[in-house]
Amino acid sequence: MIRVVLPFHLRNLARVDGEVQLEVAGPATVGAVLDALETRYPALQGTMRDHGTRKRRPFVRFFACQEDLSLEPSETPLPEAVTSGAEPFLIVGAMAGG
Amino acid sequence: MSKIRVLVGTKKGAFILTADGKRQNWEISGPHFAGWEMYHLKGSPVDPNRIYASQSSGWFGQIIQRSDDGGRTWNTPGSDHDELKSPDGMPRGESNKFVYEGEAGTHKWYDGTQHPWEFKRVWHLEPSVSDPDTAYAGVEDAAIFKTTDGGKTWQELPGLRRAKGNLWQPGAGGMAVHTILLDPKNEQRIYVAISAGGCFRTDDGGKTWKPITRGLKSPFELPDPDAEVGHCVHRIALHPSRPNVLFMQKHWDVLRTDNAGEQWTEISGDLPTDFGFPIDVNFNEPETVYVVPITSDSLHYPPDGKLRVYRSKTGGNEWEALTKGLPQKDCYVNVLRDAMAVDQLDPCGIYFGTTGGQVYGSADGGNSWTAIVRDLPAVYSVEVQMLP
Repeated sequence: MIRVVLPFHLRNLARVDGEVQLEVAGPATVGAVLDALETRYPALQGTMRDHGTRKRRPFVRFFACQEDLSLEPSETPLPEAVTSGAEPFLIVGAMAGG
Repeated sequence: MSKIRVLVGTKKGAFILTADGKRQNWEISGPHFAGWEMYHLKGSPVDPNRIYASQSSGWFGQIIQRSDDGGRTWNTPGSDHDELKSPDGMPRGESNKFVYEGEAGTHKWYDGTQHPWEFKRVWHLEPSVSDPDTAYAGVEDAAIFKTTDGGKTWQELPGLRRAKGNLWQPGAGGMAVHTILLDPKNEQRIYVAISAGGCFRTDDGGKTWKPITRGLKSPFELPDPDAEVGHCVHRIALHPSRPNVLFMQKHWDVLRTDNAGEQWTEISGDLPTDFGFPIDVNFNEPETVYVVPITSDSLHYPPDGKLRVYRSKTGGNEWEALTKGLPQKDCYVNVLRDAMAVDQLDPCGIYFGTTGGQVYGSADGGNSWTAIVRDLPAVYSVEVQMLP
């Protein structure tokens, strides 16, 4: 079970409160978590990754265990603390503007 | 008595204003989609409970929302598990998927080079006049998309970008299809306008398009006096009884055509300035036109700090200032291109929103105005619905 923390606007869009808990089939990677999240909550499709290119949107960041995984390839394995459920995977709306 | 519903899109959410036919006492609901940029909301002419909304964010991109109960509840079409299923049985979640048809191609960039087309957001949604599941979306970078399944999926009508799209160049406000006018008497005919792109018409339902800019003069923006594309059209409007007559607010100049855009004639006449953004037509008087003059392209606020709507009852050239109830000093707001609309009552109601967050309404064709609401976020769009 992987815990995912969504930013305020995506929680509203997905109509969830608090953390989301996901079962991820196969290796638990950044991409696999995003795939599972979009499957469970189709309204989130296109909001974290571009529909056409599948690239991360510029002002969306992915954090785990005090590490910024945003620039890592989507097949990057998540830390054991995240796959075990001890730590959440954070999806963050980046600071942008003053 | 008819009810009126005014749909207001702002920089930080949507608001819905409702009143009875007297248009004196208004109820305000919102913010809907708080914190999101709401470029446009518009109801279906054949089902007023169906409203399409464009929701966007610099962080999370484009969202399309749809209400089937007059704005009380909203859904992203096709995202519910009970809704449309893809072949593998999962919801498709593609209501915000705007992908250009085929090779996206390139358009002219600021430095004269060619630049790839990149989808940014939906500026304008135009529901069909006959089918509530059909609607058009005008997007940035400039293109037009169509849905026939209530917004679940969108397909580009790529013929528009073949109308010399490689020569279109974004202006400071971006390069977007911001106006879509459907001919209520001929569903094959559609007009669109693009800032710094021009004005275009299709007569075959969107397969092929042609520039309709003969008569437009843009000496300060385009060195070629006969340029077909590149004119900075800010807004076009028509009266449903006369879809061959269009009125245009251009970057500079107010114009009209009486032959579906084949030839335009300037009608700026005695306006204090012919720069501005919105333009609209009185529902009961097809020759009565409204504009909001703005000082200049460098000063996006009303001349002399006085917010004045100008009305021509003669189809242009002769204009009168409408000031009663509008601030006549220290007013430095703008009125954006999609932020004016008219209702269908008699006398006609006129509504417009400002970048200062006021929505003004007139229940007497513009003779007098009141602020329906004063302190919203910057208003991007205003539309009106008539309810039974």
